Amino acid sequence: MPEKKIRVLVAKPGLDGHDRGAKVIARALRDAGMEVIYTGLRQTPEMIAEAALQEDVDAVGLSILSGAHMALVPRVMQLLHDNGQDRVKVFLGGIIPDEDVPKLQSLGVAGIFGPGSSTQKIIEDIRNAVRQTA
Amino acid sequence: MSLHQSVLAGDRLALARLLTEIENDTPLGRNTLNSLFAHTGKAHLIGVTGAPGTGKSSLVNQLALYYRKPPNAAAPRRVAIVAVDPTSPFTGGAVLGDRIRMRELSGDAGVFIRSMATRGSLGGLAAATAGVVQALDAAGFEVIFIETVGSGQAEVEIAKLAHSTLVVDVPGLGDDVQAIKAGILEIADVLVLNKADRPGVEAAERALLGMLKLGHPTKRLIHHGQLMEDKLADVELAGLAEWVPPIRRTVATEGKGIPELAEAIQGHKLHLEKTGNWQRRDRARLQTELEDLLRSQLVAQWRRQVSEQAYQTVLDELLQRKLSPRQAVDALLNGRTAR
Repeated sequence: MPEKKIRVLVAKPGLDGHDRGAKVIARALRDAGMEVIYTGLRQTPEMIAEAALQEDVDAVGLSILSGAHMALVPRVMQLLHDNGQDRVKVFLGGIIPDEDVPKLQSLGVAGIFGPGSSTQKIIEDIRNAVRQTA
Repeated sequence: MSLHQSVLAGDRLALARLLTEIENDTPLGRNTLNSLFAHTGKAHLIGVTGAPGTGKSSLVNQLALYYRKPPNAAAPRRVAIVAVDPTSPFTGGAVLGDRIRMRELSGDAGVFIRSMATRGSLGGLAAATAGVVQALDAAGFEVIFIETVGSGQAEVEIAKLAHSTLVVDVPGLGDDVQAIKAGILEIADVLVLNKADRPGVEAAERALLGMLKLGHPTKRLIHHGQLMEDKLADVELAGLAEWVPPIRRTVATEGKGIPELAEAIQGHKLHLEKTGNWQRRDRARLQTELEDLLRSQLVAQWRRQVSEQAYQTVLDELLQRKLSPRQAVDALLNGRTAR
């Protein structure tokens, strides 16, 4: 039996067009042996939740640099919950001010990675978080 | 409710979970597929293959939109898409990016898109693709697109799985010798010349037409030295035994040529039904699946019976050139391993 692959959706919600970070992460997760579903720019929370459902992913990585995270992240979390996907771990990357971090964590965000985060740390955190639910 | 019942009841999350179980080849996945198999065999399976960057995902996106909103107030059909991308042979990871081109399909409950990594399979599909397609078929999707990895010349597995295979070409990919080589062009039921707004489209179409004249039994269709194709191929040929793959020009990013392409696909389906080839393809397809399964099961069964030591001994002798590979197989199969 093939080993269980970790499947991760990497998405960029909102309107900023800076997808370099998301691509670097997608590549790093691929090199860590994960299957990364990359959906590209300007995804709505609805599109993200729908893709997460169809692809039956273990984790969702959101990259947000527009400052709209306090609007977008709660919506994604709510939609995942509505779809019966509380199991899915949500990670956040981009520009997230420190004062927002506790609020996002209380919503259930499993990890927040600002500029300068090491990809190794991100990979380990995703692996550990997914393993907990497996 | 069991997974099998949930899938039949239209539960999308259950379907997504089942596809994962099938991909991971778990007992739950296998058993559920067994009980769902009686519900399969209704969908039109359309394969889409071609070199990387020819626009396969964009074409699938446009065709799916077309089937969801057909002209003349025809009933929309439920569409599933299985998009296969390659797994890295070094890390086992993959980036699956076909959804990028399919964002317009989002929010439509009549569409289900699933990305798959090849996980080491060659031939342009994943080992679990056939099972995933069966599950989607059982779940009631009427049209299932199977998009292969960007293919070169030999990735022809798709023709064994799909009823209708689209081979996507673009202007400027190669000269006409590429077109007469064996392989991918031979499996085409419909040839798509995408990015047809680019220069070189005439030459590319000529090369494909030339290939068709050489490679397909089209003699009775050559009229005044011209291959009679297009509309004729769809309508009148539907009654004939031989199908000549029509060529359709498209510009997928703008949706140009999509109704004509959908018509050609429909023509091929009608042809298959009228000639009995639908049944024949189904039979051949299931035979392939049966034999593949038989092969892997027999090998696995046999491997459990032979001791690891005996196996390694033969492998060592092979390495020392005392046995040739054929002699080694002979030694293993005929039990002369316990020396």
